[in-house]
Amino acid sequence: MDQSVTNRRSFIKKMAMLSAMTAAASMFPGILFASEQEKGIPKGANLDWKKGPCRFCGVGCGILVGTENGKAVAVKGDPNSSVNKGLLCVKGYHQTMCIQSKDRLKHALVKKNGKYVETPLAEALDIVANKMKTTIAQHGKDSVAMYTSGQSTIPEGYVASKLMKGAIGTNNLDCNARLCMASAVTGFLTTFGADEPMGCYEDIDHADYFITWGNNMAEMHPVLFSRMLEQKSRRDVKIIDFATRTTRSSTASDRSILFEPQTDLAIANAICYEIIKNKWVNKSFVEKHCNFSKGITNMGYGLEDNYEFTDKPEKINFEAYKEFLKDYSPEKVSKYSKVSVMDIKYLASIYGDPNKKVVSYWCMGVNQHTRGTWMNNLIYNIHLLTGKISKPGDGPFSLTGQPSACGTAREVGTFTHKLPHGVVMNQKDRELAAKIWKVPVEKIPSKPTYHATEMFRAVDRGEIKFIWTQATNPLVSLPKTGRYRPAMEKESCFVVVSDVFPTPTSDVADVILPAAWHIEKSGLYGNSERRTQHWDKMVEAPGEATADAWMFIEVAKRMGYGDLFPYSKENHVEEIYNEYRQFHEGSKHGMAPLEVLKKESGAIWPYVEGKSTQWRFNAKYDPACSNGEAFHFYGKPDGKAVIWQRPFEDAPEKPDAEYPFWLNTGRVIEHWHTGSMTRRIPVLHQAMPNAYVEFHPDDAKALGVRNGENIKVTSRRGYCVLPASINERGLPTKGQVFVPFFDENMLINDVTLDAFCPISKEPDYKKCAVKVEKA
Amino acid sequence: MPIKSYLAHPVSGQKEELIMALRNLKQCEVVPAENQNILAVVTDTSDEKEEQILKEKIEAINSLKLLSLVSGFNTPHN
Repeated sequence: MDQSVTNRRSFIKKMAMLSAMTAAASMFPGILFASEQEKGIPKGANLDWKKGPCRFCGVGCGILVGTENGKAVAVKGDPNSSVNKGLLCVKGYHQTMCIQSKDRLKHALVKKNGKYVETPLAEALDIVANKMKTTIAQHGKDSVAMYTSGQSTIPEGYVASKLMKGAIGTNNLDCNARLCMASAVTGFLTTFGADEPMGCYEDIDHADYFITWGNNMAEMHPVLFSRMLEQKSRRDVKIIDFATRTTRSSTASDRSILFEPQTDLAIANAICYEIIKNKWVNKSFVEKHCNFSKGITNMGYGLEDNYEFTDKPEKINFEAYKEFLKDYSPEKVSKYSKVSVMDIKYLASIYGDPNKKVVSYWCMGVNQHTRGTWMNNLIYNIHLLTGKISKPGDGPFSLTGQPSACGTAREVGTFTHKLPHGVVMNQKDRELAAKIWKVPVEKIPSKPTYHATEMFRAVDRGEIKFIWTQATNPLVSLPKTGRYRPAMEKESCFVVVSDVFPTPTSDVADVILPAAWHIEKSGLYGNSERRTQHWDKMVEAPGEATADAWMFIEVAKRMGYGDLFPYSKENHVEEIYNEYRQFHEGSKHGMAPLEVLKKESGAIWPYVEGKSTQWRFNAKYDPACSNGEAFHFYGKPDGKAVIWQRPFEDAPEKPDAEYPFWLNTGRVIEHWHTGSMTRRIPVLHQAMPNAYVEFHPDDAKALGVRNGENIKVTSRRGYCVLPASINERGLPTKGQVFVPFFDENMLINDVTLDAFCPISKEPDYKKCAVKVEKA
Repeated sequence: MPIKSYLAHPVSGQKEELIMALRNLKQCEVVPAENQNILAVVTDTSDEKEEQILKEKIEAINSLKLLSLVSGFNTPHN
């Protein structure tokens, strides 16, 4: 065999070995092959290992990428990263394989007479800039929009915000993080006045109980789940899985408690009822550090275009809150939640035990909820009532789905209402942005415009005439794609898509820009525990593929904003980060200097006097606390967190005679979101080649459905045909079906409902009504 | 030219015997877990027939309790 075949064969053997190791890791979390990984690398290989964060979820595992002759040939977990301590999941190990995919976008493509024509990048960027300029000239600045991503790097998000809000002067910027954690943001802001979790992953090493709320961590956050199981094997730690579907997480937990979709609202209130009834309230903590409020109820579900909602908080007292909770005794809630009185009391007793430390984890089950903000508030209520918060091993912890949903979407602020510090509605925040961006403050509009769902509705209505999407695939990931696909195909809107691979979204683009993948550029991500991580470019991008930040800058220059974007191609990441850091100066959100991030596997903000702050709002750990007390919720003007009175309200669409099943959608461990990257990784694609519809065996039997049989899943919006899955990966409750959304050939989001939480505007992908029949 | 990877579960207390037996097969590469009773195994054979014969040899090892396939690749001949 010649050398290249030998090398390829060695590489494949190594990948095969890694597949076996990662399969073992999913069965035996914490399993160690670490010292053997390097032995598997071909002899004589001269690998250069470079550190960075993983591309494939919000956990933010540290990876080491081995490069040889300009190619990424191996990935291993970074043993110096406190996030994953050398562990990785199956996606993490194989991530770099996608960049060699044959259909990689290497050159710009411009649609001419219905056909895509390979075009020099400079010419494609001319077209984009000219189209943006002429659209603004003809239809006004609010006729152009940008839709970015929680996978965009911090510099990319920052430049996008500066271009749209500071240079052009429109708030038509939103991102796909709206679809996954906007409810977490509004939950944090309404309860604490400050976004992002107060704790960190080290909580895992201290907690006695982990309660996961609608969160299949074994598949979605496998490395963190491994760390929890490792603790379970070492000491008396318990995991309680509270969900609507039995998953790998349920089977690995000590208790699995299943509830009827949407009734988590009632159960959280019932837990608070029990805490008060049994006098488990931490009275001194509540009196010193909490207020009580209620807001508007019966808010609607955002199903109609141009829906608007603003909450009106009203202060109440403890007695009024206690009175409200009388509707949520375990006996009353048990009747409609399908959770036994005993199980509700059991959950309450865990939180109520003053001698046990409890961490609550949640992600999409709570956030993708038409009352997502309320659900976040309610979990905080439990922790605030018991004082189990902001201490090692005690705290509510909202996990994110994307690698920089926190760092880019939330901290840089790529939402319509956000600025890199604060919100567009606040005069002082606009003044700070104007000062740092060197633009007149009047340039930055004070009113938010379109959140994600409404942005694509505006495309459909013809109001948005130009949209640029980046590192995201909305025509697979939006709810009710059956409306938004034809909307994006309309002549009325010019569509620009920046991506690494072709997707169903790039299929409708007028211009496709070839983007560099994360290790082909330098960048920074921010993970779920407020950790900012930097990496240097590791390999060259193919063809003319270019970092998104640089493409934004090139377009900005072409539009005449060059003076606002004076960055150099070689050092733009560093220059942008240093400019961005100015927004967060101070002890409440100070970001680590770049030189620190270059050396270490990330640092947690607030980074104060050379130190990460692991637990916010606790004076023992957080230098920003200044009220002289043990705790200080300084996000609120009076330094107190809010316990919210939030009721149970029904889902907008429930199973009925015509559509008798709940539809729940979600993810699988092998695939990253819409699958545009992981489906190009052979090992992962072979492991999970297509989507499926999961049935409860009793429902399958009643319908006469067998495993693998094609099933048509239909809602009032559309249908999707998928093979049946019975007793395989997961087990939905009776009367519910589950479908993963990664498969662009089986678009389950044609079926879902575009209802959203009125406060966060995050859609609910977990609940709508469908019928199922043999196809 | 198939390359396949497996997880091999040894009979209780016979992990070392299984490692030795597998390492005696020249088409096998074995990496034992350091802290669990399981081995990662990669086989490298010239064709499906040889792969099948090898698999039968592995399955005949007394210290093996269970062999489960993880992934399979096929590389072209030179």
